[in-house]
Order: sequence, then C-alpha cells, then structure tokens
Amino acid sequence: MLTLIVDILTWACFIVGGFFLFIGSLGMVRLVDFWARLHAASIIDSAGIGLILVGMMLQGGFTLITAKLALIVLFLFITGPTASHAVANAAFMSGSRPHDLVEDVTSEGDKPNAKDDTKSDSKTKESTGSKTS
Amino acid sequence: MFAFISLLIFICMAVLMVRLFAGPTLYDRVLALNTFGSCTVLLIGAVGFLFGRPDFLDIALLYALINFVGTIAVLKFFRYRRLGDAPEDAEAIMAPPPEEQKQ
Repeated sequence: MLTLIVDILTWACFIVGGFFLFIGSLGMVRLVDFWARLHAASIIDSAGIGLILVGMMLQGGFTLITAKLALIVLFLFITGPTASHAVANAAFMSGSRPHDLVEDVTSEGDKPNAKDDTKSDSKTKESTGSKTS
Repeated sequence: MFAFISLLIFICMAVLMVRLFAGPTLYDRVLALNTFGSCTVLLIGAVGFLFGRPDFLDIALLYALINFVGTIAVLKFFRYRRLGDAPEDAEAIMAPPPEEQKQ
C-alpha cells in the first residue's frame, strides 16, 4: 500500500517535471531572443530538475541515496540561478539589449554608454514617429 | 519508470543541442551549455537508478559542481581574454572598446 502511494507520487513528479523539461527545451529552440530564452533555461534549471530529483528521492527512501540527491538539489538550486545571472550580466555588459525595448531605461547606470543612450533614444523616437505617421 | 524519464531527458538534450550549435551569439551557446550540463546531471542519476547502481550519484554531484565552474570560467575568459589572476590593465578592459565609442 505504501509502495503504491510512493509510486504514484513518483509518477506525478516525473510527469510534471518532464513536462517542464520538455516545455523548457522547446522554448530554448523556438523563442526569438536571448533574453526570452533565459526564461526557458530557468524553467529547466528550477522546475524540471527540482521535480525530477524529488521523484528520485521518493524512490530512494531513507538511505544514503536520498542524502546525495538532497545535496545535488541544494547545489543545483544555488548554482543554477547564479550561472543564469552571470550569463545575463555578461550579455548585458556586452551591449545586448532586449528585442522590443522601446525606452532604454536600463542603461542609465552605464556611464560608458552615455553617448549610445541619446542615439538609441533618437532611434526609438524616429521609429515611434514613423509608426504614428 | 526510470526508462521513461531517461528517454525524456535524452530527447530534451537532443533538442537543446540544436540551440547549442545554432545559437547566434556566444551567450546563447553558454546558456544552452549550462542547461545541457544540468540535464546531464539528471541523466546520470536516472541511468544509475535504471541499471540498479545508484552509486552514479557521486559522479552526478561532481558533474553539477564542475558544470557551474566551467560556465563561470567560459564567461570570465570571454570577458577578460585570460583565465589567471586579475589582469593588470583591468581598467582598460572594463572601458568600452574604441569602435563602440565611434558609433
């Protein structure tokens, strides 16, 4: 009886986690922008991997295997968002900006890009003006 | 059960490989590589359960840590163009390159 309940919970964790994994990997291919693909990668890193590892912990029982799986979950939950943040920060510092960012408020803190700010502002004004006209 | 999840992880890794090879920028590739490494950790654990040898989890734990260090190392290399200690001309590197100022 108990094994049946544990098996059902494991199947639920695997199916939901596999769903998130599949949606995330599909989004990595289909989404248009680097900044949009960041969301898909974060879904795989947190939801998919967390749920599948919880399902494995349910199958492991109260053994050393579960302790090792808990360590993997702990390290992945620390390092995954840190790595995503590092990639996003490196892309931001390299000058990449989101696809449809009309008003570039995010680059006000960048002193070296002060000249580029005015240029991008004039560009966005031109584009909006052409849209309205 | 573990055969099902291993197959699903394998399919997702194959789909991620598309972005890994076709990414237009460097950062797309680094992001796909980081996610690919996380999926590898899952696959090592699932295959260990599938073949009845959960000792593979030690390798998965090691792989998770090395994957993070590798991602940070790749990003650091492409920003500073070296991997050792902090460069002595860090101020010059942090400033934008001259062709950006001309634009």
